[in-house]
Amino acid sequence: MPQVTLSVNGKSHTVEVEGRTLLVELLREKLRLTGTHVGCDTSQCGACVVHIDGQSVKSCTTLAVMCQGASVTTIEGLAHADGTLHPMQEAFREYHALQCGFCTPGMVMSAVDLVAKNPQGLSEQEIREGLEGNLCRCTGYHNIVKAIAAAQDVMHGKRQTIAAAAE
Amino acid sequence: MNVVTPFEGIGASVRRKEDLRFLSGRGQYTDDINRPGQAHAWILRSQHAHARIISIDTAAASAMPGVVAIFTSADLAAIGGIPCGWQIHNKDGTPMAEPKHPVLAEGKVRHVGDPIAVVIAETRAQARDAGEAIQVEFEVLPGISQTTAALAADAPRVHDDVAGNICYDWHIGDKAMVDAAFAQAAHRVVFETTNQRLIPNAMEPRCAVGDYDTTTGEHTLFTTSQNPHVIRLLMGAFVLQIPESKLRVVAPDVGGGFGSKIYHYAEEAIVTWAAARLGRAVKWTADRTEAFMSDAHGRDHVTRAELALDKEGTFLALRVDTHANMGAYLSTFAPCVPTYLYATLLAGVYSTPAIYAEVKAVFTNTVPVDAYRGAGRPEATYLIERLVDVAARQCGFDKIKLRRRNFIPTDAFPYQTPVALQYDSGDYFSTLEQALETADWAGFEARRAEAKLRGRLRGIGISTYLEACGIAPSAVVGSLGARAGLYEVGVIRVHPTGSVTVLTGAHSHGQGHETTFAQLVADKLGVSIANVDIVHGDTAKVPFGMGTYGSRSLAVGGSAMDKAMDKIIAKGKRIAAHLMEAAVEDVEFERGTFRVAGTDKTKSLTEVSLAAYVPHNYPIDEIEPGLEETAFYDPKNFTYPGGCHIAEVEIEIETGRVTLINFTAVDDVGRVINPMIVAGQVQGGVAQGVGQALLEACIYDADGQLLSGSMMDYTMPRADDLAPVSVATHVTLCTHNPLGVKGCGEVGAIGSPPAVINAVVDALRDYGVEHVEMPATAPKIWSIIHGKTV
Repeated sequence: MPQVTLSVNGKSHTVEVEGRTLLVELLREKLRLTGTHVGCDTSQCGACVVHIDGQSVKSCTTLAVMCQGASVTTIEGLAHADGTLHPMQEAFREYHALQCGFCTPGMVMSAVDLVAKNPQGLSEQEIREGLEGNLCRCTGYHNIVKAIAAAQDVMHGKRQTIAAAAE
Repeated sequence: MNVVTPFEGIGASVRRKEDLRFLSGRGQYTDDINRPGQAHAWILRSQHAHARIISIDTAAASAMPGVVAIFTSADLAAIGGIPCGWQIHNKDGTPMAEPKHPVLAEGKVRHVGDPIAVVIAETRAQARDAGEAIQVEFEVLPGISQTTAALAADAPRVHDDVAGNICYDWHIGDKAMVDAAFAQAAHRVVFETTNQRLIPNAMEPRCAVGDYDTTTGEHTLFTTSQNPHVIRLLMGAFVLQIPESKLRVVAPDVGGGFGSKIYHYAEEAIVTWAAARLGRAVKWTADRTEAFMSDAHGRDHVTRAELALDKEGTFLALRVDTHANMGAYLSTFAPCVPTYLYATLLAGVYSTPAIYAEVKAVFTNTVPVDAYRGAGRPEATYLIERLVDVAARQCGFDKIKLRRRNFIPTDAFPYQTPVALQYDSGDYFSTLEQALETADWAGFEARRAEAKLRGRLRGIGISTYLEACGIAPSAVVGSLGARAGLYEVGVIRVHPTGSVTVLTGAHSHGQGHETTFAQLVADKLGVSIANVDIVHGDTAKVPFGMGTYGSRSLAVGGSAMDKAMDKIIAKGKRIAAHLMEAAVEDVEFERGTFRVAGTDKTKSLTEVSLAAYVPHNYPIDEIEPGLEETAFYDPKNFTYPGGCHIAEVEIEIETGRVTLINFTAVDDVGRVINPMIVAGQVQGGVAQGVGQALLEACIYDADGQLLSGSMMDYTMPRADDLAPVSVATHVTLCTHNPLGVKGCGEVGAIGSPPAVINAVVDALRDYGVEHVEMPATAPKIWSIIHGKTV
């Protein structure tokens, strides 16, 4: 059986996998990092999004063996080592941008990359379009869009802290 | 009563406690659970809509790597079929047809996805590989999928023992009164429509892990359920014959349900049974394509309705004839959805004096249909609010004035409808006014004209509605055929050092109970929510519960908690009276402090709870130590939230594409505990309603082949399909539960579809369009605009 060596949340792992093993299966089953979720089988829902070498990628559509030598960040690795939340995580909580929480890890990871790749700042419509690869069945996206806009301000250095949501 | 609410109590938008684990990947969903030594199950499902099983050859499959066992219905001969939880009777009083719903197909498969065999192997991949090697010989039979077509005399029979595919032929209301009213009516408006089949598609696929302790003989089932106690009861009593004391059911974090995770599913019984049979844990997880053909579907009504009006526009009578698709087998609550959750809502917010509804429920070769967010009330609301708009157009009435004219007056409560339900409170005039103002209804024509300059057809649509939830009074539903009670349980456990654990039979799968229920305790007992833990979802911890659905958790579960807190306060007063050497009738309690009236002698709840567990200075001869109380709350009535929804859409003339521009919701959900969470529930519900109106449809071909088999073909709403949803609330308190709450989980999905379709029809007003069937997709609208089919 093939072996793959990769770094996940800063820690190196060498794992025996089958050729057909998906990255999401490696994360969830071999490494017991169950924060990354599987929500569909047609690569549409985005619950499986992680960062590979700084890019958001759907881990359900990535073979584990393709990640040889890669650096992967999952939702478990997003907060700081001391537990301080990433601004996107803070914003999601402040704006009630999650209900059941199942889409949330993939949504947050996608959103972090979306904002990072657009230093010019995104409008509400652009945020909505940028989320086309992430499905949520609970929130109707209303608060997710607001949370991302609020996180954007902090991630782009315009604010120190997440703006309080209107009550 | 004007009371300043503390920032953690009732009325505060407290940020959720549960978010911390969800945001950092530490949620525990059922597929995250891995039991020592577990094996994996994979289900072989029918690819035919209807077929006899001639033979199942598992020889090659059994020999494949990692295979532990393969089971078919032959191995399950000793266990029962999946029970139905609600028995409807026909017009003639006879009970509905209730064909067997086997755990694994017996002799016949009746829908694409019907489970045939289960493979247990060391890994999921090995189980699937082996499953694909099972050889099944079928005799393919003609199938039937369409609801009304299944009633035709020559339609294929789904169940050999059910003639005409009719599950039941039911009615409600006064036919003679309705016929008489129609005979004299100035206007008679006919409306026919289909409320299309939908797939709930909670983001978390279903999963079940069965385990068995060979030492104690205890079975454990971890499952994606909205109601673990109900699963324990149905599966333990009716399927596997396991007593409650030996069966623990745990629903951990659940990733959305919307009704689809209420039912007892075959896979739960399979893994529980197999774990005991094999002496090791067995885990099954659906993939999404599998979910499409095995999760209960929603809606699927075909209706013809007629409204009779007098010449001024007063509604005289409503006559409804509905065919409802049950699918191939009866799911747990299926029979009650098109009857007691639908036809009883046909008065809506109007004072229509005469109503008569007939409902035929029919079997087809499709996935079983059951409650999906709104469960019967979206179907009723859509019917009424489209019919009112159609009537306004046909008879020449203003659609707002026609509604107001027929609203139940604010002084008419309690209001007895002609279809069994009695509404306790409501103010449809205020929610209408507030929505019209917020949506700037008056300024719409200017927006329509401006849109036209951009090549867009703009339309505005309204829906004024209510629904019935907070289910339900046990005796009432029992008399209507329910085979369960619908009360709720709350245990308040005050610990010696003053923190509180609440055990609730409700089960949050996104609704935020760990926060909102803690707010109730903060408000009443004065304990900070950081010191309140809400425990739910485990039959080993919570005495009983009927679960979370039907917007009942706060109205019924919260009321049970409130009753239990009253008992805590009553006992606490007796202890405090003893500690303060006062008469118990002189002791008052407010948010954490017991006080001798008119003095500054006080004891905190913490001092009282410590005394209760260290009863040295204590009225030990009069009351027992401890400070823990249980209450069961059986509601006196349904609750009736509702309000007014307004949608604005634009249609692109070249493509027919409908875009939602904005949405206004003004809802009366009774007392609001956490405004932010209420808004989130409404926004999420509206998204599903907009999805039904514009995007979603579960499509079968005529024979029962599932064409919309994955998210490639079933259009789930995405962020750029939706627009901001303005949410406001207007409060009229529920008069019959201690919290005055009505529930808010489903109103968004109920009020919105007709508002959107009314807007689409309004946008197309120059094209002579009376009606557009859901979903109003681009090809459909393009054909209307351009006068030809795509």
